[in-house]
Amino acid sequence: MNAGGILTAAVAPAVAPVIALVGNPNCGKTALFNALTGSRQKVANYPGVTVEKKIGRLTTPAGRVLQIVDLPGTYSLRARSPDEEITRDVVLGRLQSDVNPDLIVCVGDASNLRLALRLALELKRVGRPVMLSLNMMDIARKRGVEIDVARLSRELGVPVVQSVAVRRGGTDALLGEIDRLLEDLPLAQAADWHAPDAGELRGAQREADRVLRAAVKSSGERDSGTAAVDAVLLHPVAGLVVLLALLFVMFQAVFAWARPLMDVIQDGFTWLGTLVEASPLPDLLKSFFKDGLISGVGSVIVFLPQIVILFFFILVLEDLGYMARAAFLMDRIMGGAGLHGRAFIPLLSSFACAIPGIMSTRVIDDKRDRLTTILVAPLMTCSARIPVYTLIIGAFIPDREVWGFVGLQGLVMFGLYASGIAGALGVSFIIKRVFWHGEPGEPFMLELPDYKLPRVKSLAIGLWTRATIFLKRAGTTILSMMVLIWFLASFPRPPAGATEPAISYSLAAMLGSLLQPLTEPLGFNWQINVALIPGMAAREVAVGALGTIYAIDGGEGAADKIGQAIAGQWSLATALALLAWYVFAPQCASTLAVIRRETGSWKWMWVTFGYMLALAYAAALITNQVARALGAG
Amino acid sequence: MTSKATIALGNALVGFRGRIRELVVDKAGVGLPGLELERRLIELGFVEGADVELLHQGLFGGDPIAVRVAHTTIALRRREAMAILVTPALPA
Repeated sequence: MNAGGILTAAVAPAVAPVIALVGNPNCGKTALFNALTGSRQKVANYPGVTVEKKIGRLTTPAGRVLQIVDLPGTYSLRARSPDEEITRDVVLGRLQSDVNPDLIVCVGDASNLRLALRLALELKRVGRPVMLSLNMMDIARKRGVEIDVARLSRELGVPVVQSVAVRRGGTDALLGEIDRLLEDLPLAQAADWHAPDAGELRGAQREADRVLRAAVKSSGERDSGTAAVDAVLLHPVAGLVVLLALLFVMFQAVFAWARPLMDVIQDGFTWLGTLVEASPLPDLLKSFFKDGLISGVGSVIVFLPQIVILFFFILVLEDLGYMARAAFLMDRIMGGAGLHGRAFIPLLSSFACAIPGIMSTRVIDDKRDRLTTILVAPLMTCSARIPVYTLIIGAFIPDREVWGFVGLQGLVMFGLYASGIAGALGVSFIIKRVFWHGEPGEPFMLELPDYKLPRVKSLAIGLWTRATIFLKRAGTTILSMMVLIWFLASFPRPPAGATEPAISYSLAAMLGSLLQPLTEPLGFNWQINVALIPGMAAREVAVGALGTIYAIDGGEGAADKIGQAIAGQWSLATALALLAWYVFAPQCASTLAVIRRETGSWKWMWVTFGYMLALAYAAALITNQVARALGAG
Repeated sequence: MTSKATIALGNALVGFRGRIRELVVDKAGVGLPGLELERRLIELGFVEGADVELLHQGLFGGDPIAVRVAHTTIALRRREAMAILVTPALPA
């Protein structure tokens, strides 16, 4: 079936042997990977897909250099999602890649081995050497689980070791066994794996149950801590209340805690800008560095604190085992709008930024459910909209209280968030009805793992990985977009003796006036049109662009001055229409690029662009016309 | 345990304890072909003879449900759980 495996194994010895970690979700596989490789890991993508390829290096006690690959968790090699396909293809050596494993380490949660043993039996059939590592032995022992390792190894027919990923020396036995096995590695055999049918799966599970009975003594009782916590967190009413409270704290943190750090970053870039301003460079170069590079990249990097804080919460909740519970609690509520319970996490991440949100839809097995989630994720109010919202609200909405205790400005902000959520639910409902004809979707089936305390090391590694991915993007895609937009806004140069701000002679201004007939009914003037063009790179850049257009220098208090300028020149109807536009408009080239990559087609990228543009236009049109009719013109 | 007492897990109440008797996947209204649903259920440990307990349910329509099956807790919707026929455990 797969003779390629033999060849790769025979040719490989010159490079470091590849060890693949395979296991059920939540078996502590990633913790084990982190314990083995520490910071010597590299996260990239598999060719053609966005599944993360995590590879790390280590040197064994015997001095052997190994490459460890952490594969996405799965219950079986019968892949159902892009993640699981990668696991299957790597294990079977089908992937044109450098990660054909010489040895497969099946990782099992020692206190929950039933499903892991069936996976181990399936892995035996792929024709590569396999061993089993019983992970989290410490927890299992505490729970009174007794494992006869020698017997287990005999019954399964593969070497078995115990490991405790989170303890010093907890991986010694595993590394020792890997060294021993690599010493005299049997040649890979042709795989006789094929996707098992129900009868074979049943047979394999029976065999796994038999092995389990023979080698493992366990009370089978639930973890009492998990049972007690779930009595509250999965309570039909209390569970939802706790979930809402958690979300509230998360948003408070993302917006309030990040503020001081964001100010520091902002000030840093402003300071860099003034350095450039003071330098003896020609004006054009100054403008390129200051308005193109520094303010462009700075306006994106300033969101790093928010993204790190949001991912901090997401990683902690994931490591705790709470995310599966959140999906459980939200499944029915989201199901009403045609969304899958698992869409909850991606949509939640999209409040920070749609890009990580769309990337995390990989946890959704079903293609249609995943596509629906990807299409609506950009409607969640991402942090890049906040600067625009803040500017316009600050300039047009009076700072007073309504009903005695609620700030009007905050209320408008809340309304914008709510409109985005309502839009997303409405669109997914329509997609479900129109495109999928209301057919019942993928079933919701998900393991609820026992709660575990998150580990600082895993958290730190996870956060570091997210931050570097984000910064890399800011340094490449976004940077090049910024340069393009700077070019549009700077050329051609104003004629000698020009009286208007330089940008009004530029290509961007020409585009802005071209768009004028289209945006007239929305109440937008040409200045807004021009600002929307750089806003395509990243929404918040529109703020800086308005500053340029109204000839306001950056630096201290710039935002306030822009606010005063627009408050004097726009009508309330125009301001409200622009807010409505921003709730829906597809103003983010990076998001569109990620949609194109994740769906593997231009079609869905254009569908997203088209429907969001239509929604934005309709919302701005209605807002402007209604507001004018009410006398706000 | 007579066959008379057999019910679908999808109809069980919170607190139900029993044993899986068989999987019957020809019901309409499920988003998967029956054989695929059967394989997924088995992959999550729902095989004949396994002990189950219904631990929790959601607020709206009692859906989804959290089921203890052998040593694992699995969340699923009642619609899919209709395929799992169970016999109640004898009262202790």
